[in-house]
Amino acid sequence: MSSLEKVATPQPRKPWAPTPIDQAKTAGIVAASTLISLLLILVSPLSGKLAFVVLFSIAYLIIDFAVSYAKAGRSAAVDSLFRGLVTTAILIAVTPIVSILFTVWIRGHKGLHWTLFTKDMHNNAFTDPVNQGGLLHAIIGTFLLVIFAMIISVPIGILTALYLTEVRGRFTRPIEFLVQAMSGVPSIVAGLFIYAAILIPFTKTVNGIQGSLALAILMIPTVARTSQEVLKLIPSDLREAGVALGGTQWRSVALVVVPAARSGLITAMILGVARVAGETAPILLLTGGSGTKNFNVFSGSLGSLPNYIWQAFGAGTPESITRAWAGILVLLVIVVILFTAARILGNRKVGKK
Amino acid sequence: MSIESADNQGDEMETTIQKSSLSDISAARAQKQPGSNALGVGLEARGVHAWFGEKHVLENVSLDFWPGSVTALIGPSGCGKSTFIRTLNRMHEFIPGAAMAGEVLLNGEDIYAAGVDVTKIRLKVGMVFQKPNPFPSMTIAENVLAGLKLAQLKVEKKDELLEECLERAGLWSEVKDRLNTHGGALSGGQQQRLCIARALAVRPQVLLMDEPCSALDPGSTLRIEETISQLSSSVTIVIVTHNMQQAARVSDYTAFFLSDGGPGQMVEVGSTNDIFSRPKDQRTENYVTGRFG
Repeated sequence: MSSLEKVATPQPRKPWAPTPIDQAKTAGIVAASTLISLLLILVSPLSGKLAFVVLFSIAYLIIDFAVSYAKAGRSAAVDSLFRGLVTTAILIAVTPIVSILFTVWIRGHKGLHWTLFTKDMHNNAFTDPVNQGGLLHAIIGTFLLVIFAMIISVPIGILTALYLTEVRGRFTRPIEFLVQAMSGVPSIVAGLFIYAAILIPFTKTVNGIQGSLALAILMIPTVARTSQEVLKLIPSDLREAGVALGGTQWRSVALVVVPAARSGLITAMILGVARVAGETAPILLLTGGSGTKNFNVFSGSLGSLPNYIWQAFGAGTPESITRAWAGILVLLVIVVILFTAARILGNRKVGKK
Repeated sequence: MSIESADNQGDEMETTIQKSSLSDISAARAQKQPGSNALGVGLEARGVHAWFGEKHVLENVSLDFWPGSVTALIGPSGCGKSTFIRTLNRMHEFIPGAAMAGEVLLNGEDIYAAGVDVTKIRLKVGMVFQKPNPFPSMTIAENVLAGLKLAQLKVEKKDELLEECLERAGLWSEVKDRLNTHGGALSGGQQQRLCIARALAVRPQVLLMDEPCSALDPGSTLRIEETISQLSSSVTIVIVTHNMQQAARVSDYTAFFLSDGGPGQMVEVGSTNDIFSRPKDQRTENYVTGRFG
């Protein structure tokens, strides 16, 4: 064995990594494409940043293709063209998201102020200076709307998913189809449905719970579909083991399948919440937009973040528009926090505490 | 230690086995007459057929399982062994499109008769699956006692039952210090023995094992086989296996299944010695000597 110990450990290397020459080539292609697109913008009627981006992408793809063709032939060139197209596509897809986040931060951070989280608007108008009044009533309203929407939609959504994966009765196919179709329902339609079914015939006024009902209609398909996917991942072995131990199907589902899927079901719930937290159309129709704190969803006008943003934009002064952007920023942060929570909870391994 | 709702037949069964000494059982085994059940109680399959949709997968299998014996079912893949074993505790009906014909008698009563409570059947005829499948949301102790919760049985001394089942499954000494940790941290072989302990906790009369070692390394396989030999004095065991040496090592009786493209059939059944040393059917001989399959 001692002879083995004498052999020196070789230095780890990566023979497949790009060499400095490769890197120089890539840099050359980028430089050439930049130059060509700039020249084209100078001599042609095309102008502006968008034109540059488009011309650069096209030039890069063509030059990259030509270089690969010269170096390694047709199939390598097609391979590199494909890689270039995919990279372009992902950049195009990400651009609006980054742009939105950037714009919201640039415009919204000026309106951030501690009083946003401690005061409401009952003494202030949207046109007042930004450091007066706040968002507290809207944050409370949004939370109430979402919590009641959750109380309604989560049990229905999860039970629907259990019907689709565990019971698998005669209506499985039509219900699966309906749930998928429902996830495409525009939010204004959900709002108008509650408006026509409850507000006009019965309450004849705005209140919070009507908004929660409309949001629940939008949440149910998200919760049901995500839960269904999660439950499908639970191995059928576990279901069989539960039943083979003399449990009824209900006990086997309640004691074995649902606990095994717990973290995934929590994710489904949070994704449903994130889906509706920023919904505006049904809220505008159904809940009103009080500027005062209201803790009762069953009566009285209930302010909310989407409504606050809508009203603030409508007021039209520089102060009110800054308020609106700050409201958007707060709403976005709440949604991002929810999604992050969903990711963290969903990534936890099943069975670990 | 008593399970309140365990019914009389189960208790009778246990006392029968305790009363009849081991020599009686071996005497009964020595008669080697599958079809006449010397001890009177047990599990008997009578003319069992099985279908999945239109596909006839199992044809006319009649086989008796002797109390306190180990019966191995061998045969190439797709010959209906697993399907057959699943008809014995009514797990067959779990697969959509499944159908069956024939009778399965447990203590003389057809488990497919109208009005039979299927959950009671599965309590008496337990099952261990091919892949170890401890419940991921439960601790080791909770896993062993899961059957009591699932079937809503009440037990006076849970700790004793826990220790007894883990002891019988040959796992107690390895896990006694971490009963309240999750079962996922165990090795594959330990997980499978945990599943055996879990199946034993509801005091089954018969234990069906569907290729219990096919996902395990040789060391773990050996431990499971020791467990099977220890259990066989108190529980009737039916084991499906692809491993012929395993069948020869653990079983008292062996049944050979084969499909010639059509539905699977039972070609031959007899004492394990006979099947492996002097099979009556040429196809059995070809299979056990490794000439095909």
